[in-house]
Amino acid sequence: MDLPLRERIESVCRQYDRRRDRLMDMAIDIQAAERCISPEAQDALARELGMEVVDVQSLVTFYAFLTESPTGRVVVRLCDDIPDFLAGLDAVAEALSSELGLEFGQTSPDGQITLERTPCIGMSDQCPAALVNEVVVTNLTPESARAMARGLLRHGDPHRLVEHTGDGRNSHELIRAMVQNNLRERGPVLFGGPVTGRGLEAALRKPSAEVRAQVRASNLRGRGGAGFPTGQKWDFAAKAEGTRRTVICNADEGEPGTFKDRVLLTELPELMFEGMTIAAYAIGADEGILYLRGEYTYLRPFLEHVLGLRRRSGLLGRNILGHSGFDFDIRIQMGAGAYVCGEESALISSCEGLRGDPKTRPPYPAQSGYLGRPTVVNNVETLCAAARILEHGADWFAAIGEPQSTGTKLLSVSGHCERPGVYEVPNGLTLSDLLERVGAKQVQAVQVGGFSGHLIPPREFGRRISNTDLLTGGAVLVLGEGVDLIAMGVRVLEFFVEESCGFCTPCRAGNVLLLERMKRVAAGHGEEADYTYLAELSEAIKGTSRCGFGQTSPNVVLDLLRHFRPVLEKSIGIDPGNGTREAFDLGAALRDAERISGRRSTHHLAERTEHREAAPRKEVKIDGQTRQDTPKEGER
Amino acid sequence: MPHTKKPRVATVSLAGCFGCHMSLLDLDERFLQLSDIVEFGRSPINDLRRFNERCRVGLIEGGCCNEENVQTLVEFRESCDLLIAVGECAIMGGIPAMRNTLPLADCLEEAYLDGRSVYNPSGRIPDDPELPLLLDRVYCAHDVVKIDYHLPGCPPQADTIWQALVAVLSDNPVNLPYELVKYD
Repeated sequence: MDLPLRERIESVCRQYDRRRDRLMDMAIDIQAAERCISPEAQDALARELGMEVVDVQSLVTFYAFLTESPTGRVVVRLCDDIPDFLAGLDAVAEALSSELGLEFGQTSPDGQITLERTPCIGMSDQCPAALVNEVVVTNLTPESARAMARGLLRHGDPHRLVEHTGDGRNSHELIRAMVQNNLRERGPVLFGGPVTGRGLEAALRKPSAEVRAQVRASNLRGRGGAGFPTGQKWDFAAKAEGTRRTVICNADEGEPGTFKDRVLLTELPELMFEGMTIAAYAIGADEGILYLRGEYTYLRPFLEHVLGLRRRSGLLGRNILGHSGFDFDIRIQMGAGAYVCGEESALISSCEGLRGDPKTRPPYPAQSGYLGRPTVVNNVETLCAAARILEHGADWFAAIGEPQSTGTKLLSVSGHCERPGVYEVPNGLTLSDLLERVGAKQVQAVQVGGFSGHLIPPREFGRRISNTDLLTGGAVLVLGEGVDLIAMGVRVLEFFVEESCGFCTPCRAGNVLLLERMKRVAAGHGEEADYTYLAELSEAIKGTSRCGFGQTSPNVVLDLLRHFRPVLEKSIGIDPGNGTREAFDLGAALRDAERISGRRSTHHLAERTEHREAAPRKEVKIDGQTRQDTPKEGER
Repeated sequence: MPHTKKPRVATVSLAGCFGCHMSLLDLDERFLQLSDIVEFGRSPINDLRRFNERCRVGLIEGGCCNEENVQTLVEFRESCDLLIAVGECAIMGGIPAMRNTLPLADCLEEAYLDGRSVYNPSGRIPDDPELPLLLDRVYCAHDVVKIDYHLPGCPPQADTIWQALVAVLSDNPVNLPYELVKYD
């Protein structure tokens, strides 16, 4: 660290051969070493790579885990996803904040600790949870949060927070995480037996076209949530023009409430890498990328280790398994905290060292993806399933589940149930069956598919997890009767407003407008006309956004309107009757001026709204409890 | 000819620049035509300061930046069958709403104490009780009361106002050709 900054940056750039498309890796390394990517560092990076400094800045400011000013040596990121709220996040947050003596968003004056909030970190089955640098801390209570804070203040070593490691490979010396797999049900496909590597062997005995035909025959569809036929995607990429091809495994599971890939990455990485290798053989790719979300950095050393073992066993590298001319290797690309990067074209941007902006389609990635090459992007679970298909055959796979929705689906279940965790179930399972398996009672609604998915009311619990019914990436959030669904809707929209990449207007501005109006409704100032407005605006955002983000972000609003109208109607305010807006609060609007001028409003209008000033303002919480917030002394 | 009562039209400029009223005057000779078919209620046009009769239409220029604006707007809502928000400020807040990104205290301090061209030996922010108190931010008209129609423009052209008025007074659909609502 004694070298000048310029030289330290230079040495990082050298490690990546000064390749601009590896800017993400350089930025992540610099962030880790310097605790920020300062304007000076950005300048040095730009000079070193021959780029414009705004392009570097654009990347740095895009990702939540990259910062322009220094963070503390230890960054505590408390997850604020909905399951965390349901499990008592507020008390944990208060305990952490008071014990550390820091507000959220603050860094301690000695530069030791930063306290932040972060969206879902993939631990919804053992929440409230937090990331302390890359170390995961789960099942937080106010007491354990205080103990953690005291520990960090004393020794400053996040790794010492892990007293007991979790089950399975969570205890592996390269992981050593307190994370539990919570694998509640093993299905016949993914967790049906040991990983033998026979899928890859079988694939290499066939021509590549036959491998693709087999995957097509299995009717496997993408498991990330979009359900695109995998075999067809592989065909497109194989037949697209290009000299080099790429296989990318999407392990960016950022959809709030999704954590099933965490368990695959922990327990079955061999199967996933095998699936990637089969895909590479099927389409003729020589390069593979595992895009691992920044929140799962704790798994990286282990995954690198598995890759190393595979290289030594001839399962990666040149002439794989002696198959002359089949060269393929995999690198791990770390993400840095951006939800939109789970969208495949944004993910490709990120792999290319750019902001995680989605790309315009067509061309589709299979035609022209990573660095312009034909690229297959598949979910972790899809690739694992593909490996099993090659191992056991397409017919075996197609016999499981439903004809149009073959195989099994991994579900991440969280929220109000006795047994949250990961379930491998055959496609076609009904929600009511699932709710019984997970031990959920008195359910008000189930959010299927995460924030971008759908809110299902009890009368539709007969619906099926299936490509033809509830198509989902696997997140299932159980919402018990006490949950305030409107407050939840507000929280979901806050997330989308925060995570929108900002490229297209419908998504960037539309979600802000949706949030504003939903907040009005949540505060009890709704009007009948608001629901028409919300519905029309939602449709406009869905119909005109550039990628799946804005095409799905209004779902929660539409579902509330469609299925939970009575809940919404309770929040319609009292019409003042004279044409004034119920939501307009003159008393509140005048409070600043009254304080500044030191006199009360002399207008009789202020008196009309007096009753509202006297009444405490209601703050609605997701867990359905209301906090009475009386105006503080002197605020008037 | 039997005497039929002409519909009454009220107009007001709240937190606006009177530009929309200027646009109304741009009706030129049609203004005489207009006064044949309507009677003006409360409006700067006849300098009538109070509603003495219920009006069919109220034209609102500008949003609300102070309590008096709110009071006036509420009176308009109570006294008019239809309210039309005329122009950018009434519809979105317009130029006055540029202060909405700053706290009120900062705006007043910049305007009366800290601004470079300020000469204010008393060092006081105007606080005469006659002055209406400012709102924490500028609200557009439909933040405060229900508005029936929005007529966009900065200002809307005289023809646009004419077409809209004729349409609502004759209960016909409004005919606004592209030229009257394009702004590039």
